[in-house]
Amino acid sequence: MNIWLNFLIDSVAFGATFIYGSTGEILTEKAGHLNLGIPGVMCMGGAGGCLMLNMIGKSGLPPFMIVLLGMLGSVLFSVLCGLIYSFLTVSLRANQNVTGLALTTFGVGLMKVIMIKLDATVYLVGPKEYYRWPFAARQDSLQALGILFFLAIAIALIAGYVLTRTRVGLNLRAVGEAPATADAVGINVIRYKYLATCIGSGIAGMGGFYYIVDYMASQEAYLSIEALGWLSIALVIFALWRPPMTIIGSTVFGFLFSCSSFITNIPGITVTMAMKPLLRMLPYVVTILVLIITSIRNKRENQPPASLGQSYFREDR
Amino acid sequence: MGDGKLEKQLAMQMRGITKRFGPILANDHVDLDVYRGEILAVLGENGCGKTTLMNMIAGIYFPDEGHILIDGKEVVIRSPKDAFEHKIGMIHQHFKLVDLFTAAENIVLGIEEKGEYNLKKVNARVAEISQKYGFHLDPTKKIYDMSVSEKQTVEILKVLYRGADILILDEPTAVLTPQEITRLFSVLRRMRDDGKSILIITHKLNEVLEVSDRVAILRKGEHVATVNTAETSEAELTELMVGKKIDLNISRSDPVNPQPRLIVRDLNLVSPEGLQVLRDISFTANGGEILGIAGIAGSGQRELLDTIAGLQKPASGEIVFHNPKKDKPVTFFHKSLKRVRELGKAHAFHDRKGNEVSFEGMKRRQIRKWVESGDVLFKEDEVMDLRNKNPLEIRQLGIHLSFVPEDRLGMGLVASMNITDNMMLRSYRKGSAGMLNRKHPREQAEEIVRDLEISTPSLTTPVRKLSGGNVQKVLVGREIAFTPKVLMAAYPVRGLDINSSYAIYNLLNHQKEQGVAVIFVGEDLDVLLALCDRILVMNGGKVTGIVDARMATKEEIGLLMTKSERREERAANE
Amino acid sequence: MSDKRPGEREPLFHLSRRHAIPWWQAWGIRVLAIFLGMLVCGVVAFLLIEKLQQRPERIGDFYYAFIKGAFGTQRKFWKFLKNIAILLCIALALTPAFRMHFWNTGGEGQTLVGVLACIAVDFYLGGTIPEPLLLVLMLAASLLAGALWGLLPAICRAQWGTNETLFTLMMNYVATYLVAFFLEVWVKSGSGVLPQMKTGKLPTLGSNSYLLIILIVLALTVCLYIYLNYTKHGYEISVVGESVKTARYVGMNDKKVIIRTMLLSGALCGLAGYLIGAGLDLSVSTQSVGGQGFTAIMVSWLANFNPLMMILTSGLIQLLNQGAAQISQDFDVSGALPNVIVGIILFFIIGSEFFVNYRIQFIRKEKEAVK
Repeated sequence: MNIWLNFLIDSVAFGATFIYGSTGEILTEKAGHLNLGIPGVMCMGGAGGCLMLNMIGKSGLPPFMIVLLGMLGSVLFSVLCGLIYSFLTVSLRANQNVTGLALTTFGVGLMKVIMIKLDATVYLVGPKEYYRWPFAARQDSLQALGILFFLAIAIALIAGYVLTRTRVGLNLRAVGEAPATADAVGINVIRYKYLATCIGSGIAGMGGFYYIVDYMASQEAYLSIEALGWLSIALVIFALWRPPMTIIGSTVFGFLFSCSSFITNIPGITVTMAMKPLLRMLPYVVTILVLIITSIRNKRENQPPASLGQSYFREDR
Repeated sequence: MGDGKLEKQLAMQMRGITKRFGPILANDHVDLDVYRGEILAVLGENGCGKTTLMNMIAGIYFPDEGHILIDGKEVVIRSPKDAFEHKIGMIHQHFKLVDLFTAAENIVLGIEEKGEYNLKKVNARVAEISQKYGFHLDPTKKIYDMSVSEKQTVEILKVLYRGADILILDEPTAVLTPQEITRLFSVLRRMRDDGKSILIITHKLNEVLEVSDRVAILRKGEHVATVNTAETSEAELTELMVGKKIDLNISRSDPVNPQPRLIVRDLNLVSPEGLQVLRDISFTANGGEILGIAGIAGSGQRELLDTIAGLQKPASGEIVFHNPKKDKPVTFFHKSLKRVRELGKAHAFHDRKGNEVSFEGMKRRQIRKWVESGDVLFKEDEVMDLRNKNPLEIRQLGIHLSFVPEDRLGMGLVASMNITDNMMLRSYRKGSAGMLNRKHPREQAEEIVRDLEISTPSLTTPVRKLSGGNVQKVLVGREIAFTPKVLMAAYPVRGLDINSSYAIYNLLNHQKEQGVAVIFVGEDLDVLLALCDRILVMNGGKVTGIVDARMATKEEIGLLMTKSERREERAANE
Repeated sequence: MSDKRPGEREPLFHLSRRHAIPWWQAWGIRVLAIFLGMLVCGVVAFLLIEKLQQRPERIGDFYYAFIKGAFGTQRKFWKFLKNIAILLCIALALTPAFRMHFWNTGGEGQTLVGVLACIAVDFYLGGTIPEPLLLVLMLAASLLAGALWGLLPAICRAQWGTNETLFTLMMNYVATYLVAFFLEVWVKSGSGVLPQMKTGKLPTLGSNSYLLIILIVLALTVCLYIYLNYTKHGYEISVVGESVKTARYVGMNDKKVIIRTMLLSGALCGLAGYLIGAGLDLSVSTQSVGGQGFTAIMVSWLANFNPLMMILTSGLIQLLNQGAAQISQDFDVSGALPNVIVGIILFFIIGSEFFVNYRIQFIRKEKEAVK
């Protein structure tokens, strides 16, 4: 029983990476922009945070300041990526798929170049008690949870609230559904698109940071962020473009992603090594099924934002 | 209403408003006054600049010259938002609503109000406004579940919610049923009595006379006159609108030997949403005749043509095509070898000497040779049922059915392709090889560019870049190029200037003289009466009458256009 | 561009779509963009490469590396051509779908299952049947697998309008883990590395083992160019892509066209997989395609979906890749540098398309009195 609980908590903690990534992507997609650069943005977020930690890690600043500055570095880098993306796709109206893929190429590459130069002993010897507050002292699995984890949950809930219950959210959804209409009623479409993309990128970037310094806290962690980024995009579909749903979805995805290594620990269940990749494939298969089922049921509320992938130019209408 | 006794207050003044689009002068020094508590109809023909003028008040365009004064103060309106700030709201012909949102969400969209955002309060306020002016609207209903009239209501509420005092409605009745129009007018009157200024753009005289207090008439971008509705007549308005009484002067020849070409019997169509859009439609279109179809927009005209063209499957009924083939040689132009064989078995052919043709025991090559020699002739006209056949199958039967759809660039043509490639749309399948043959289409393209005087930089220019009239010429030209037996045209002159319109009328007339059965769906009754031989009037998916265009009057047709509705209303009242 | 509000400044410029632009101007803009991109690359390189910071005069070497990487030796040149060929092949495969406005982001997965399928045939049948037959079977398996991977999203899109971008994207990962699964099954040691097959190698043409692949892809380029521009199928693809309504109006079966085109697109990806599997690697790993399925999207888009132009665009990208690899070697930096450089140049090219398609008119009119 305890094994199961441990495993659940581990999945939840792992899932926070996706919560950041998908919540960021949802905000972007709600503005009508499919950002395939999210994996790159998450990488850059991780790199930015680690770079900052690397610089200040030995400066003797108070630990919470170090954590805060690390987060700042992460957000800074990822927002910068978001700016590149939004400048190209919003202002220059470039093809979103192509721009996103270029951003991923760029972000992943740059992260690797940066990370290889950093000293893991500096950026990882972060003040663990701050990441894992208030559970740092515990010996059980709860120890895996901390402020960055709760921040992810909070961001997903806040994003969900903003999207459905506030004027800003209403305007943003209108921009993604029908930009010409939004424009006609005086909503600044360009500004909303920029803000949604950049804030979304900032949030996504935190996912990379969280994964490297908190969840994994290992030198090799950065190598798997790209894959997690793609999984985050999948999770957006799974969550039907609803940020709070990413909390549940990320747990499921986290569970499937890591259960292959976990299942072997359970007495009575024998799993061959070959099962592992199949289990990891499951999140994607489930996502595809969700995508197909929602399109068959054709419920308007569960569809991607109507203008997703199209650039908006007022004079085209 | 001000009714002359009360001093009328000026709400808005326009002074010397001028707008150019390139070389075209859309508005030429227009002066216009709008008073509080009045309904001002802005009347004019298509393309007279009335929508442009209104768009300048609403902040869509910015005038090149002139001023707008609100309550006596000069204002600058650069965007719809500016317009809202001056309490001006416009209800466009094409609704700008977010389908996925509820009515209330659409209404508050874009309003920057202080304080918390509370949909319940919004709903309550929407309900309050609705009640004040007599709307019926559920604020929590999603737009995608709404009828056109409900969407229009949302648009009006959107403007009222923002506190507009000047409301502009662009052709609000074009999409409404008569009852809905009555309801709309009563709402407009209530708003007028509440002190609001209503500007209604229209080209329908009866509505102008019914609802407005004053009428401003625009002609070719100029403001020619403003008259009090009570002191004017339909004849006077028409004269002001068109300049002088214009005899349309469309040459109309008498039909020569009209033969039934297309017979529609008891056609019923149910839309995907489950509405019955066509009810028991029956008519015959004759070769050598133009059959007009009249009716208010959305009476089922488009669906009728779509169904005949094979784009929609009817629920029941017959569409029978008489293919005049008697004594004509068979070709492989449209008929496949397989089909020729089938027809041979059905005793459809004879040779030049009158003996029956039998392909019994012949090899493919022999049949091919024989048919290509031109010695295999049709015995009788073909009679074919088009029901449940798609456009491709109809073509493969060798039926020359041309269709000029309403949506030219979205349906009839591919906007990004050039004229040659658009010419191929109908004929690209010709030939058995997988390769395209562009030689013939290119010649055809050159031909129609020359014959129809299409102005285009070159044959390789995408049709999107041509002007509306030229786009239509390309489309009609293509449909005519493959020698139709039936030519259906839906609103073929909509949005075209006078010259282009006449060019289209001439083309249709020419087809008629060639013996083609022409079906013309139009909106301008004068044109229908001057161009057509017979006019079929539709209303609510039904045929309410077929009249002789040479004898009928506008009033008669107008009555038929609303006839069944009145009956139903009466029935409902009893 | 930005929304005007009362009291806000007049925008400085006005944007409008260009109707036509002379070809030399369009190309001037693009070349300028690449040039600017290279300048930025230089700056970025200076920030990232320590050896360059120590000896700034070596910046010349930095740029020369792009020439050296692709043309430095005969071996490098052949490798350059081979890399172009593979990337081009995937890009070509994606193009029919793109022309149909079907955003196939699944080139990676479709190619990968192609590799997997031919290696699977090789693994199970290699040595038991004659080599030519084996090669043919491998080809058939690759084509089938790729086509299947393209077919699934196509059917769903045709039938229910399922979003194809997301569907095909997900299929990539299904393919990746499928490969991982077979590697676990095949490689008993658990190392996850499949040793090179001894059978099922494409024959060598002439002196160079890459020549055959290059010629195949070249032929494919010409064929696809003809297919898209001069055949009825190609015409149908364009019409369906442009407007489904028009396609139905003239009696085209749009669903059939979508499915047929995606079958072709997937099968051609499968062919690329075959060239990788049977022509080069003789093995399969999750990295067999190495992200080229994504790069190919950009190759196709940059060439405006014109197969002949794709020779140029894929050449450009591989030039950058090999140049950057050369730099990594010369300056002793991380192997990820090519990605950074390709990314930067792509940003500039992507951005430059805007200036090709839109005209910017600066508003010189004096400000109207806004009171």
